[in-house]
Amino acid sequence: KANQSPLYMTQDRTEMSEDDDDQSPPSDLRSEPPCSSSSSAVDSTPNKSRNCISSSGTMTASQPFPDHVLENVLENVLQFLDSRCDRNSASLVCKSWWKVEALTRSEVFIGNCYALSPARLTQRFKRVRSLVLKGKPRFADFNLMPPDWGANFAPWVSTMAKAYPWLEKVDLKRMFVTDDDLALLAESFPGFKELILVCCEGFGTSGIALVANKCRKLKVLDLIESEVTDDEIDWISCFPEDVTSLESLAFDCVEAPINFKALEGLVGRSPFLRKLRLNRFVSLEELHRLLLGAPQLTCLGTGSFSHDNGAHQSEPEPDYAAAFRACKSVVCLSGFRELMPEYLPAIFPVCANLTSLNFSYANISPDMFKPIIHNCHKLQVFWVCILLDLCLHDSEGPVSELGLQAISEGCRNLESILYFCQRMTNAAVIAMSENCPELTVFRLCIMGRHRPDHVTGKPMDEGFGAIVKNCKKLTRLAVSGLLTDQAFRYMGEYGKLIRTLSVAFAGDSDMALRHVLEGCPRLQKLEIRDSPFGDVALRCGMHRYYNMRFVWMSACSLSKSCCKDVARAMQNLVVEVIGSDDDDDNRDYVETLYMYRSLDGPRKDAPKFVTIL
Amino acid sequence: MICLRPRHPEESSSIYKLHYKNTAAPVTGNKRGFSETVDLKLNLNNEPESKEGCTSHDVVTSVSKEKSSCPKDPAKPPAKAQVVGWPPVRSYRKNVLVSCQKSSGGTEAAAFVKVSMDGAPYLRKVDLKMYKGYDELSNALSNMFSSFTMGKYGGEEGMIDFMNERKLMDLVNSWDYVPSYEDKDGDWMLVGDVPWPMFVDTCKRLRLMKGSDAIGLAPRAMEKCKNRD
Repeated sequence: KANQSPLYMTQDRTEMSEDDDDQSPPSDLRSEPPCSSSSSAVDSTPNKSRNCISSSGTMTASQPFPDHVLENVLENVLQFLDSRCDRNSASLVCKSWWKVEALTRSEVFIGNCYALSPARLTQRFKRVRSLVLKGKPRFADFNLMPPDWGANFAPWVSTMAKAYPWLEKVDLKRMFVTDDDLALLAESFPGFKELILVCCEGFGTSGIALVANKCRKLKVLDLIESEVTDDEIDWISCFPEDVTSLESLAFDCVEAPINFKALEGLVGRSPFLRKLRLNRFVSLEELHRLLLGAPQLTCLGTGSFSHDNGAHQSEPEPDYAAAFRACKSVVCLSGFRELMPEYLPAIFPVCANLTSLNFSYANISPDMFKPIIHNCHKLQVFWVCILLDLCLHDSEGPVSELGLQAISEGCRNLESILYFCQRMTNAAVIAMSENCPELTVFRLCIMGRHRPDHVTGKPMDEGFGAIVKNCKKLTRLAVSGLLTDQAFRYMGEYGKLIRTLSVAFAGDSDMALRHVLEGCPRLQKLEIRDSPFGDVALRCGMHRYYNMRFVWMSACSLSKSCCKDVARAMQNLVVEVIGSDDDDDNRDYVETLYMYRSLDGPRKDAPKFVTIL
Repeated sequence: MICLRPRHPEESSSIYKLHYKNTAAPVTGNKRGFSETVDLKLNLNNEPESKEGCTSHDVVTSVSKEKSSCPKDPAKPPAKAQVVGWPPVRSYRKNVLVSCQKSSGGTEAAAFVKVSMDGAPYLRKVDLKMYKGYDELSNALSNMFSSFTMGKYGGEEGMIDFMNERKLMDLVNSWDYVPSYEDKDGDWMLVGDVPWPMFVDTCKRLRLMKGSDAIGLAPRAMEKCKNRD
């Protein structure tokens, strides 16, 4: 029954909250209502005509009257349903509910762009105003997948251009987006309000300029961790010259200088601007000027946080701390791209209010952030990379575990942490598990592979074990360091809410993966690399895979024949083997396995290096 | 352990005109000689670091004619083997941080060159200005091309066993790909001979040649090697 193989399968039935745990620190932590709420989606045409307009082809004129009433009532009720989990449930009640829910859903979330085709989206949902679409698996960010794998936005935007002229919001993650796609978007949706591109690539500043220029109602333009080619266009000047509706402008990832004067003017005529994330071409002095003009900001990306090279230093030096003090609403801070540590104390005035702090681009050591963290009592999200040099030179370096300890003592409300370091101890991780019971996201990357506890020499099993045991709300976990099967036994036993698990260079045997596949009922996204898990482990999860968003396993011990068995056993699972040599089909070894469920079968745009079993 | 090896032994005839610079001269002044020759470690070494002996150097330095010690000096703590995509930091971020560490500000024109690896189905492009030296380029290239592993089970052992005294011989012997580049004159050169800034200026294109092909790159060294027997 076509109606009963619903879209819901691509949307997690089990998740209760917004799936934003793998984005860069959210600037608002689920406290702000979504920008385009479904309550605004309902038009004001009279019930009767709305029924007729919105009815699908199967509705006949001879429907008894009570059903009309029911559907009108339903529509009026369901329009207020925001949570997609609730909507998925509602759509399963009966055919009528399914139909009405489909008519009233205005925000669609697609966690894997290959789980269904654009046509299926537009056939089921007729009144979509907002689309969240995710493409490549996360490990693609780290060169574990050749380029041109797919996840093209083009077919989506062209289909939606015809089907949803009222589209207001597009939020893409790890998609390939071209300037042409952006041009089509800018032209096709006159009411367009929000463009969010996270970890995307394929476009440049010329595409951005088009969006800035043509989307006159633009409220949000967020370019986050995306690769944006520099087409040498002054895109900031392309915004309309009158007062704008801008609420959020993030361009910290744009690796091109910007016209500061134009930016200052833009900020000056954007009275609703609350979120501003600058790129590293904005100096400390320029930041200062912007802050003086926009003290209402809630979310700030500070840009380079250093002096303009070669620029004349104004005497006396601007009072940066005063500028920060004036920004009483700042709760989210990031940037520090070329941090001059002597100016870091300028942010002290805002520390007490901070809920999110992202130092991941800063060349910073625990000694530097400890005094800051000490004041950040409200902190919920913290990102830092303790590196001296990203060229991976080994370093005796700063004492990373003390940094973690300081965070756990200063930030008892911590919910999400991303911590890169050279080495760690179980004791520090255990301390964090005890001090920060609110943790939902714990991502610890000990950059030395297979590194044990550097004080005791033992594996990091107990530390991560404590995290899964004590942090009862944990939904996302990334592990590292030397880990035996025991760590995975802990995960299976205690990690009952884990939805996303990231494993690298860990475990001793298939048992480790078995523990996880059999013990973590909420597991949705599993990414594993360079770990000794093989066919036996893969088979253990057969009952799970269709209910997961994806499974990635690279450089493990999988055989092609086993993957073929899985593909054969599960018809709606797309099993991609990536990187296998075309010449040698006899080779049984699988370098990379990426599998996911799909309603529309294997994709047609797979490149040569992808074999779909 | 995943190794990049040529799958079939190839004829050593090379279609490119190869110039071999006299790198046997002692290192004086600005001349690099053999020191800091880029070593493209395209092995994806998955060995844990605890196995000390297995890890390899990222950059093998200073093997001059006079020294007789093997560059893989067991007394030195081995550098971490380079692994693709580890740590899991977006390459975009790495590039940003590299450029941040550059002392001079302002934008410079990028120096994009194509990079081809023998046997790979597609080319890549790198911006040479993003790197401070040969070792960074080496890291980046090995990251880029490691997706073309020939499979865990490796290919045939088609390498010729040279004495491992010379730097070039080490390249050919222990690793499977030799970096060469096309300069402004259209000649194919061995990477590593000239100072880095000069290389960035003159390099038009990079090619990672199969080791067997690269034998033709250093005829004089080979001769000297044979003479030592």
